Amino acid sequence: MSIRQAMLALLEDGPMYGYQLRVEFEQRTGSTWPLNVGQVYTTLSRLERDGLVEQVVGEGADHASDDAGHVVYRVTEAGRGEVSEWFTTPVPRTQPPRDELAIKLALAVTVRGVDVGTLIQRQRSATMAALQDYTRLKRSGRAATPDQPEDLAWSLVLDALVFDAEAEIRWLDHCEARLRRAAVDGVRRDARSTPDTSASTAPDRSVR
Amino acid sequence: MSAPVLHLDGVTRIHGEGETEVHALRGVSFRAHAGELVAVMGPSGSGKSTLLTLAGGLDQPTRGTVRIEGEDVGALGNAGRARMRRTSVGYVFQAFNLIPALTAAENVALPRELDGEKSRAARRLAMTALEEVGILDLADRYPDAMSGGQQQRVAIARAIVGERRLILADEPTGALDTDTGEEILRLLRARCDAGAAGVLVTHEARHAAWADRVVFLRDGVVVDESGADPVDDLLEPEAAR
Ligand SMILES: Nc1ncnc2c1ncn2[C@@H]1O[C@H](COP(=O)(O)OP(=O)(O)OP(=O)(O)O)[C@@H](O)[C@H]1O
Ligand SMILES: [Mg+2]
Repeated sequence: MSIRQAMLALLEDGPMYGYQLRVEFEQRTGSTWPLNVGQVYTTLSRLERDGLVEQVVGEGADHASDDAGHVVYRVTEAGRGEVSEWFTTPVPRTQPPRDELAIKLALAVTVRGVDVGTLIQRQRSATMAALQDYTRLKRSGRAATPDQPEDLAWSLVLDALVFDAEAEIRWLDHCEARLRRAAVDGVRRDARSTPDTSASTAPDRSVR
Repeated sequence: MSAPVLHLDGVTRIHGEGETEVHALRGVSFRAHAGELVAVMGPSGSGKSTLLTLAGGLDQPTRGTVRIEGEDVGALGNAGRARMRRTSVGYVFQAFNLIPALTAAENVALPRELDGEKSRAARRLAMTALEEVGILDLADRYPDAMSGGQQQRVAIARAIVGERRLILADEPTGALDTDTGEEILRLLRARCDAGAAGVLVTHEARHAAWADRVVFLRDGVVVDESGADPVDDLLEPEAAR
């Protein structure tokens, strides 16, 4: 996961303490991927262990909250190198993230007794409802009139969610059409073979 | 909740007879209230345009009733339906249906003029609508001198000109790029927020998501609905199925 790189990238902007990092991250991503403070501190201590960040001692940090005893971190030279490498290297697609829906559908069309048609319809409604929510967020709130760079970042993250949901709905439509075609072909095949020995196939059951 | 602006009740539309019979819609119930934008999605041939032409009084159901603001559209007669289309119902066709011999402004002003509005006043309304869709500068151009997206915006201006209480739009974003498409949705949305009822047929989930409710059609049947009003479902369970 890219929390490590994200923390490093934020620290490039200036020294910060853990809670600040979390706030800054959520400003830009609209708490789409909520971070708990514990995760932030674990990441920071690993980064420190690897020599990518270091604690700021005494002077150097001009945050008033330093006096409140927060541990402030800054990025090291090695850390800067890692950030720049992250930004110049594409995110790999060789190992696609596990897609629960794709796996669910792959099993639904093969395991007996699953009503694939209903599964697809329910999923489409749920994804459409999420898409409606993202769209509401896009047309109101700070993403609608982004005047800060963080607001623009958040509205772009929202766009990513929108395109994602849209792609999922398009894929579901596609699956539905393919299954219906497969079911029609299946019926034709069944009609050619003897009726009493032909077992119904999973796609057949998907037709309502 | 107030009475719907548009109410289809058990509507069936069969084209042709016997062997060649096509059931374009089968017992569809559908409502759009004032202030509400409803999107209709579904595969090609599922009956979306049929639903819209019935809603706009351009076609009559084989069975069932279509009511606009409580009035049975079937009982209105041709003259009554034509008047309704000039005044209260705005329609954006899947093909834009602009009149080639008229300029953009004249195309938009036409429904108002046909309804007896003075040409000066009709032109003023037309210019306002053209400004809303962002092509005021093209007011005096003819359709054949405009791009597809520009013609589409003229068609949309024509559908919103004056005080339309029901706006029916069949793929209004088809020929538009992403940004312009989004502007049109913003506009439709604003009209509905201001109190009109809107029905939007679209293939694009991203555009349907601007609606309060999304209705899914398949083979002439409403198979699903997202963002449904739960109170309405309790009152009329068959409408959600
Ligand atoms: N005048 C007509 N005569 C015979 N059949 C018709 C007529 N108009 C529509 N149909 C049929 O009715 C069905 C529904 O058509 P409709 O135009 O409503 O589909 P649609 O959902 O709008 O499709 P698309 O996404 O392609 O625009 C189709 O099978 C179509 O062939
Ligand atoms: Mg159509």
